[in-house]
Amino acid sequence: MPLVENGQVVPDRYVYVGEDEPIPDRVPVIVPAKRFLDNADALIGRDGSLGVAWPNDRRVAELAPWLGHLALVALQFPKFRDGRAYSQARLLRETYGFGGTLRATGDVLRDQFQFLVRAGFNSFEVRKPADAGVFAEAVRRYSVFYQASADGSVPAQRRRLQRTAAGDP
Amino acid sequence: MYVYDAFDRKLVTERVNDFRDQVARRLSGELTEEEFKPLRLMNGVYLQLHAYMLRIAIPYGTLSSLQLRQLARVARKYDRGYGHFTTRQNIQFHWIKLAELPDAMAELASVGMHGMQTSGNNVRNITTDQWAGVAPDEIADPRIWAELIRQHVTLHPEFSFMPRKFKIAVGASHHDRAALRIHDLALRLHRNAAGETGFEVMVGGGLGRTPYLALTIKPFLPTRDVLSYVEAVLRTYNQFGRRDNIWKARIKILVHDLGAETFAKEVDTEWQSIKDGALALDRAVVTEIAGRFRYPAYEKLDDSPKELAQARHDDRRFDAWVKNCVTNHKVPGYAIVTLSLKPEGGTPGDATAAQMDEIAGLADRYSFGEIRVGHEQNLVLPHIAQRDLPALWRALDAIGLALPNVNSITDIISCPGLDYCSLANARSIPIAQEITRRFRDLDTQRELGRLHINISGCINACGHHHVGHIGILGVEKNGEEFYQITLGGKADENATLGTLIGPAVPFAQVADVVEDIAAAYLALRQRPDELFIDTVKRTGIEPFRERVYAAR
Repeated sequence: MPLVENGQVVPDRYVYVGEDEPIPDRVPVIVPAKRFLDNADALIGRDGSLGVAWPNDRRVAELAPWLGHLALVALQFPKFRDGRAYSQARLLRETYGFGGTLRATGDVLRDQFQFLVRAGFNSFEVRKPADAGVFAEAVRRYSVFYQASADGSVPAQRRRLQRTAAGDP
Repeated sequence: MYVYDAFDRKLVTERVNDFRDQVARRLSGELTEEEFKPLRLMNGVYLQLHAYMLRIAIPYGTLSSLQLRQLARVARKYDRGYGHFTTRQNIQFHWIKLAELPDAMAELASVGMHGMQTSGNNVRNITTDQWAGVAPDEIADPRIWAELIRQHVTLHPEFSFMPRKFKIAVGASHHDRAALRIHDLALRLHRNAAGETGFEVMVGGGLGRTPYLALTIKPFLPTRDVLSYVEAVLRTYNQFGRRDNIWKARIKILVHDLGAETFAKEVDTEWQSIKDGALALDRAVVTEIAGRFRYPAYEKLDDSPKELAQARHDDRRFDAWVKNCVTNHKVPGYAIVTLSLKPEGGTPGDATAAQMDEIAGLADRYSFGEIRVGHEQNLVLPHIAQRDLPALWRALDAIGLALPNVNSITDIISCPGLDYCSLANARSIPIAQEITRRFRDLDTQRELGRLHINISGCINACGHHHVGHIGILGVEKNGEEFYQITLGGKADENATLGTLIGPAVPFAQVADVVEDIAAAYLALRQRPDELFIDTVKRTGIEPFRERVYAAR
């Protein structure tokens, strides 16, 4: 499953570790939510980047106290129609100020890319290789938006007011 | 009219290009039907029994004559020469080919129309009062708020993959003409004791398998907070609405499972954290949107001109039409005219391409080029000078659109039913057609007075049968079409769900049952002006039940 970051297919630096597997030293790891919460103090003290795989039916507020110690949060799309992680992403970015890597995992397809970027994701485990190859193009499908969002796009309403202020018709 | 600017036009064009690419990938097999389905649904494309169906939004029910002509063109070129106006201020074309869909959409985009979010698990077309901007009893034009919300939820990065569809309605009058309480979220603009305007916020309404009326969770929301509050409701729903069972996925289930108070608390907590952020509306934004609604340059005219009184005196048919189809306008000397799309033996809500062109022409001549679509599946010419009413009537009469049956027993709201829809269990249209034949006599219709029949061909309730004065629901029993009858529902400011009167009856008996109910009403009412719905309320359903089942 190709990983896309900064618009490019890149190798994954992170290693997923399960509930009972030993955690390797000095290697970036992604641990399951429960394991993280049960051993948070030990895990954040360890040498090496730490990521948490967070399920989409658990409040991200639980992660809030630890966010400063996390390099990555992996959110889940069990089916691409299941959009709970979009809300989690915006909460993490906008309410809790998470500045690390926000990774979309699961059923991640081409036609979601621009929604994902705008919700605050910046790392994508893409299910189909062909989709990964057109990532840069797919996130440019729309150039006009009605909402402010994580990709920095200026909503149409603000652009209209700027245009009016500048005296354009 | 709301006038699209370059931003709106660009977005609609980009949407067509996006969909063209998706269709190409589907046709090449790159996308499976399962993957394609939610994508086409987001563009209003359903796969029905015979063909693809395209549903086009008519935001807040307002159409220009140019747009209506384009709908006529699409009906001719890509469909079979007609379109179907729905209960949610949309129009559907039922016979479109997948490969031609992007071209049809591009033609619609050229006049600012689209099918974005007319289906799928996102925020649907925002509906409102079809008399918005012209109704004498409104406190402000609700379409400005509907448009602000429409823009905010269009291709929203967070709310495009929700548990289920989400329907929003906005009203601004005491009389509710937008069926607010049957919506997932409804906003009613009103004034508080201090004279400020704000919204009553209602959530959790919806019909279908588990009908509920929306509950008020916030009696007064300042208008500046409307986007942040809608965002908080949607965020709460997106995270906590059920996704394990399609029948329990609407927000109404979440609201009623949690209880309105707990739900409101959850929303409020979220809202507090965002209300003073980017979504707080400042006056400049509202003013900018309001400024793009263009109102006609009305003439200074007097109410009730002499020529109108004379024409009503001279022609009984014209007088009957005025009484039935013409309503007060907020500007003196003007009137609101309803065009019934419910001819005898017709399909409720259908209009032919020729009719659409004729209506567009009449709108240009008499209604400042504007047409409205209401949830009752009729059309409205919203700005008619009263002195023009006789001429307009003659023109409408000549094309069969001056039927004085608005709000009568033949003004039936109906879904397409099993004649088109793959979800339906039973036919709706032939039931409606037979009822219009049985009650074809206009004097009988007038005698019965205001009486709403709503027909749905399945439990999804697209015909809103729960809120019909007489509700008819098609069900399937051992491979045959049967119909459950409810009485006493209504969708206005005193919204009520109807009560089932007894066992379902077979297809062939439905019109007989309606005749029995009508006869029972005439016998039961205390005065000629006691409306059907008031009689049902006073007597309950028992005497109707007796009458219907005595001989069955």
